[in-house]
Amino acid sequence: MDYFNIYLTGVGGQGIGLLCEVLLRAADNAGLNVKAVDTHGLAQRGGIVVSQIRIGDKVYSPLIPSNEADLVISLERHEALRAMNTALKNSGTLIYYNTVWQPLEVRLGSSNEIDEETINQECLRRNIKLIKVIEADLDNVQMQNIALLANICKYGLVPGINIDNYKQAMDDLMEGKMLEENIKTFDRLRM
Amino acid sequence: MKYLADMLLRQEAFSEIVMGNTAVVRAMIEAGTRVVSSYPGSPTPEIAVAIKTIPREKRPFYFEFSTNEKVATEVAYGAAVNGHLSTVFFKSVGLNVASDTFVQLSYMNITGGMVIVIGDDPGANSSQNEQDNRHYAHMSYTPVLEPASPAEVYIYYKEAARLSRDKQMPVILRLTTHVCHAKEKVHFSEWIEQTADDTPLFDVANGPYIPIAASLVFPMKRKALSRLEEVRKWSETSSVNRVIDNKNSQMGIISMGLPFMSLMDVFEKTDQKPDILKLGVVHPVARKRVADFLKNHKQIMVVEELDNVVEKEIKCIAFEENINVKIFGKTESEDWIGEYTPDKVYEVICKTWPDLLPNKKLEESMPQVPLRQAQMCPGCGHRSAFYAIKKALAATDITVADIGCHTLGFLPPYQTGQLLMCMGASTSMGAGLSLFNTSRKVVAFMGDSTFFHAGLPGIINAVFNSHPITLIVMENGTTAMTGHQDHAASGRNFNEITEAIPIRQVLEGFGVKHIFETDTYKQSMLISMVKEAMQIDGFSVVIAKHPCMLKFTREQRRKKSYVQQQVQINSDKCQNVYECIERFGCPTFTKKSDGRISINKDLCIGDGSCIQTCPRSAVEPLKKA
Repeated sequence: MDYFNIYLTGVGGQGIGLLCEVLLRAADNAGLNVKAVDTHGLAQRGGIVVSQIRIGDKVYSPLIPSNEADLVISLERHEALRAMNTALKNSGTLIYYNTVWQPLEVRLGSSNEIDEETINQECLRRNIKLIKVIEADLDNVQMQNIALLANICKYGLVPGINIDNYKQAMDDLMEGKMLEENIKTFDRLRM
Repeated sequence: MKYLADMLLRQEAFSEIVMGNTAVVRAMIEAGTRVVSSYPGSPTPEIAVAIKTIPREKRPFYFEFSTNEKVATEVAYGAAVNGHLSTVFFKSVGLNVASDTFVQLSYMNITGGMVIVIGDDPGANSSQNEQDNRHYAHMSYTPVLEPASPAEVYIYYKEAARLSRDKQMPVILRLTTHVCHAKEKVHFSEWIEQTADDTPLFDVANGPYIPIAASLVFPMKRKALSRLEEVRKWSETSSVNRVIDNKNSQMGIISMGLPFMSLMDVFEKTDQKPDILKLGVVHPVARKRVADFLKNHKQIMVVEELDNVVEKEIKCIAFEENINVKIFGKTESEDWIGEYTPDKVYEVICKTWPDLLPNKKLEESMPQVPLRQAQMCPGCGHRSAFYAIKKALAATDITVADIGCHTLGFLPPYQTGQLLMCMGASTSMGAGLSLFNTSRKVVAFMGDSTFFHAGLPGIINAVFNSHPITLIVMENGTTAMTGHQDHAASGRNFNEITEAIPIRQVLEGFGVKHIFETDTYKQSMLISMVKEAMQIDGFSVVIAKHPCMLKFTREQRRKKSYVQQQVQINSDKCQNVYECIERFGCPTFTKKSDGRISINKDLCIGDGSCIQTCPRSAVEPLKKA
C-alpha cells in the first residue's frame, strides 16, 4: 500500500472531529505514517464538516485530490452522496450512517431529499463497496460516530489498523464515563 | 487520556500528533515567550484553546483576548519594549484592524522581540476575502516566515522568535487555514524552564520610540530597511529555504507553504520531476539563492497561492542579474483565486507544461445533491429575532449586517441583512444609507463582541451626527462564531471573573436617548419595540438578547441534573401551514415525503422558541412517556 486516503464528512455537531482524531491516532498507533486536516468553515452552524486523513510514507499535503479517496465515511445521507461525487474514487468504499439532516432547500421544497436508492444505484454504477449503518437501539445520538467506527473496525476498512489500535486511540482521547460508554458501544457494535 | 497541557509543558523531548495551531504553542513555551495576545478569528482560535488547557498558574506566559486586533498588537508591543518576548495572533483580516499600529512596528527597537502570527485564509473558508497579507509585510519592511506543515510551524516560530529577539524587530509567521488545521506527528525538543527576569526594562535610550518629523522618522526607517537587509543575508544560507534536487537542469519550480506540499503530491508519481526551491522566508527573498536557482534552469515556474508577490521579485532578480531564463507565473485571473490544493496545482502546472503530468479522467455526470449552507443552530436567539424583526420591517427598508453568527440572517428564510463589510461597519454604513433618504428606513445589526471590537466609533458617530437609523444589537453573551470566547460584557476574561461592561450602560454613556431591550424569545415584544424604534426621528438602539444556545446547551449537558427536552408535532392540529419551516426555519423541523412535518430528534434541544410561531398551535412540548 503506497497510500490510503480517508474522507470524513457530516454536518456540524455530529462528532466528525472526534471520529477523525480516533482514526488518526489509531493509524499512528499502528505505526503508520499519517496526517490529517479538518476543514470546517462554519462548522457549528449546520454547515458541512470535512476531515481528511492520509496514510502513507509519500503523502505531503493533508488535502486529498478530487476522487482519490479510498474510503468515504459519512455521518449523514446527503453528505454521503456529496462526498461520493467529489471525493471517492471508483471501486472505493462508502460507509455512511443512514440518518438525514435535511438541508434548507429540501425543507423549503426546492430540492428533493436524497433517498437510499440513489446512493445504492451510484454505488453499483461506480463499483463502490457500500456499508450502510443504522442502529435503531442507539439511545444516544452522540454515539453515531462510534457506531461508524465500530463498523469500520468490524469490516477492516482501514488496512493496517486493528482493534487495539482503535481502543488505544479512544483511551488517549477520552476518560471516565464518556470513555466507558464509547468503548461499550464500540465493542457491542463491532461484533 | 492524554492531556494536552501535560504535553505542552513536558520537559523532555517527545513526539506527538498535533495540529499546527497546537505546535505553535509548544514553540512559544520553548522559545521563552512571555506575553501573548489575540482577538479570536478563524483559522487561529485553536491556539487559545491549547493555551487554555494549561491552568493559569502553570502557564509560562501571560495570555489575553484583547478587545480587537489593534489593541492586542499594542499590548504585545508594550510588553516587548519592556523586554518580554511577545506574540500576537489573529486572522487574516485582523491585520487590517491592527494595521495602524502594525505598520509602525519595524521602526521601533523591539528589545524583547515580537512575533506576529497571522492566519491567512486562501479559499475564504471563514473570511470575507482572501487577502494576501504579504503585501502588508512589504509595506512595513517586516520579514515573513511561511511554514507548510505543523512540524514547520513549530520550527519556524522558534526561528522567528530568535530572529526577532536578535534583531529587535517584528517578524511575521504567516500560517494559512490548512496549515493551522493540519495534524501530523511533530518531534518536539526538550524544554528547560528558565526563570524569567521580570524587571521592566523599558528605557528611552533603547529607542527612539517617537516617530515625529523627518529628523526622527528617517533614521528609524533607515534602521528598518537595514534590518530587513540583514534578514535577507541570513536567509541566503538558512536551512529555512531549501532545494529539492531532482537533477533536472531544464525545469525548476519556486514555491512556498502549503502549495509546496501540493506540488510534492502532484509530482510524486511522475518520472520527470522539476527541481524545487522551497522558500521558507517569503520576505525578503533570498536574492543570491534565487539567482543561482534561475541560472541552473532553462525554465522556471513560480507556484504561488493568492497574489504574485514572490513572482514579481523573482522576475526582477532575473532582469537585474541578466539571467537568461523563461519564467512562468500567473497569467489569468483564476490564478489569483482560491487555495492551491493538489487539484489546483495540478491544473496550474498543466497549463504551463501540458506534457509533464498524466492526464486525469474527466468527471462523469453525478447525481445532484441539494446545497447545504450554514445556518443558525436550533434554539438560536438570533432566529427568533430575525423571525420577529422581519414582521416589523417594510419590504423596501434597508437592513445592514455585521460580522458574526447573525450574519447568517441574510440567508433564506429571513433574508435580513443586505450589506456586509467588516467588523463594526454596520452602523456607519447605515448612517450613509440614511442620507437623502426619507422613504426607506435603515436598520443595522451588530453582535455584542463586535460592538466592543470596532462598533463603538460608528455608534458614537450616529449620536454625534444625529443619524436617524435603528441599530439592533444581537447580544448572545459570547463571541459565538469563533468558539465562544468571552468579551467585555461577559463578566469573564480569558483568565478570571471580571466586571462586565453592560452594553446598555455604554450606550447610555454615549448619550443614546432611545434604548429598548428584550429577550428575543419574547417575539411580540421585540416586534413592537422595533416598530417603535423605527418611528423615532433620531438614532435608536434595540438590544435583542438571548444567550447563545449552543454554548448554553453544552453547559447544561455537562450537568448531572440535565434532562433532554424536545418539542413534538401534534398531528391532529398540524394543517401543513409550514410556518415552522418556511418562515421560522429551525433545522429541527423536517418535511417528510408525504408533506407532513416531523421533529429531528438528533437536533431538537427543546428550547420551545418555536411554539409561539405555529398558527395552529401544533408545536408543543414533548410529553415524556
